[in-house]
Amino acid sequence: MSWVETWIALRTLSYKEVRRFMRIWVQTLLPPAITMTLYFIIFGNLIGARIGEMGGYDYMQYVVPGLIMMSIITNSYANVASSFYSHKFQHCIEEILVSPMPNYVVLLGFVIGGATRGILVGVIVSLLSLFFTQLHVQHIGVTILVVFLTAILFSIAGFINAVFANKFDDIAIIPTFILTPLTYLGGVFYSMDLLPDFWRMVSMANPIVYMVNAFRYGILGVSDVDVFFSIAMIVFFVIIFASYALWLLNRGVGIRE
Amino acid sequence: MTKALSVTGLNKTYKNGVIALKGISFDIEEGDFFALLGPNGAGKSTTIGIISALVNKTSGSVEIFGEDISENLSAAKKMLGLVPQEFNFNQFETVYNILITQAGYYGIPAAQARENTEKYLRTLGLWEKRHSVSRMLSGGMKRRLMVARALVHEPKLLILDEPTAGVDIELRRSMWVYLEELNRQGTTIILTTHYLEEAECLCRNIAIIDGGKIVSHTSMEALLQQLNVETLVLDLADLLDKVPDIPGYQCEMINTQTLSVEIKKGESINYLFSLLSEMNINVLSMRNKSNRLEELFINLVDKSGKGQKV
Repeated sequence: MSWVETWIALRTLSYKEVRRFMRIWVQTLLPPAITMTLYFIIFGNLIGARIGEMGGYDYMQYVVPGLIMMSIITNSYANVASSFYSHKFQHCIEEILVSPMPNYVVLLGFVIGGATRGILVGVIVSLLSLFFTQLHVQHIGVTILVVFLTAILFSIAGFINAVFANKFDDIAIIPTFILTPLTYLGGVFYSMDLLPDFWRMVSMANPIVYMVNAFRYGILGVSDVDVFFSIAMIVFFVIIFASYALWLLNRGVGIRE
Repeated sequence: MTKALSVTGLNKTYKNGVIALKGISFDIEEGDFFALLGPNGAGKSTTIGIISALVNKTSGSVEIFGEDISENLSAAKKMLGLVPQEFNFNQFETVYNILITQAGYYGIPAAQARENTEKYLRTLGLWEKRHSVSRMLSGGMKRRLMVARALVHEPKLLILDEPTAGVDIELRRSMWVYLEELNRQGTTIILTTHYLEEAECLCRNIAIIDGGKIVSHTSMEALLQQLNVETLVLDLADLLDKVPDIPGYQCEMINTQTLSVEIKKGESINYLFSLLSEMNINVLSMRNKSNRLEELFINLVDKSGKGQKV
């Protein structure tokens, strides 16, 4: 395919992916808005008032960046996992496989769809948080970079999950048993400084710790870990996951017999 | 003449050890209307799957208009349109969006994509249904939608895997007319079907595959010439109580008033009728038993010893 044709194919697939989650916004955009509002009310207002300060900020301010990042992670992942698996389930993945679209365009198209949903939910949750606290973004460049990289990383992770999935249960197992625990233990609700040395060290093996802290640094200017190291870690994972996803696509794992 | 498709030594062994293809080879000339027939499990769908990049081959080569799918898959895919056996479009998408999106996957600019979409939806009688969600269409409309989708990028080679399965006779006939017209306009067509009458009517060349091997690859005319016996069905004026013994002819009673008689090619029918007259058997009407291809097909598949009866 020429560059123009490749661009048209990428635009078509990305647009289709965005249109898909916009069409079912009640299932894709509304639930995280409601869930996060409840988090703000319960953890931020009710319980947070008794916790006091964390990292030099009141608890509501401290927890907001973590919750925004949590919604970006879960929505980017869920979008690609469910969309790509749905393509396999309905066999409409064959529409893509018979077309001359290169595999990297297929991956990129799904990732753009997932990342767009993650970022859009992140924006919605950020706007909702303004009803509960004030957000003074300290480092806008870091904030935007971390949001984009995280949304891309978890979109690719969702894609890999869907490639291996053989039934709908398979795209629920990883988010439930791996992603949610890692997110909750990734410093969304607390500072790493509260943990004993051993558990703090264990937490450093959790990649979500770096994303939450890098984002919190962008918003509040505080972080439990070095921000540049965090960004380097995210980039490293993006490269590894993207290479693996592309290798799976080229081999036809889960999609070609 | 340019080869639209060239398959050489194609092998496929699935992970579970099933050997689906055993080194099949065949060529299809540009502009041909080609039938690929075989019983269930013979290897037809695997062959089509490999040609259209839905199945990985174990070994062998496939060239579409000279482009090897192992070396220049993208160029080969551009020239190919596939109408699969099973419905494989997004059930939640509208008819119009399914075609527009498919055109986009082939890199067709938006204006051209809209034009092609309208052209094929109108041609296949789906334009009025363009805003309908695909799952709401009838079975026949879904089949036509798959044909329209396969044509939206205007491929030079169209593969139809049982395109008329489960559709009514009227729609099947109209589909035949359309496919013949498409072929006349220059599109090379490969058809797999279980309706052998369909293959006999439409196709000029044929390959019969069984047990992963090609058991016959010839022109439809040459294949039908292999039939040296024709079966005549005679409707009789009077009831018969037993099969009449007509010297030199094989007879079978279909019912008490209908008789089928086998007659060798080149043999005079007059002689048969004179014998029937002598036996006081009055014939009211006569017709050829259809599905000549079916008889050959069963013969060939039986000879190969691996196919199941159809």
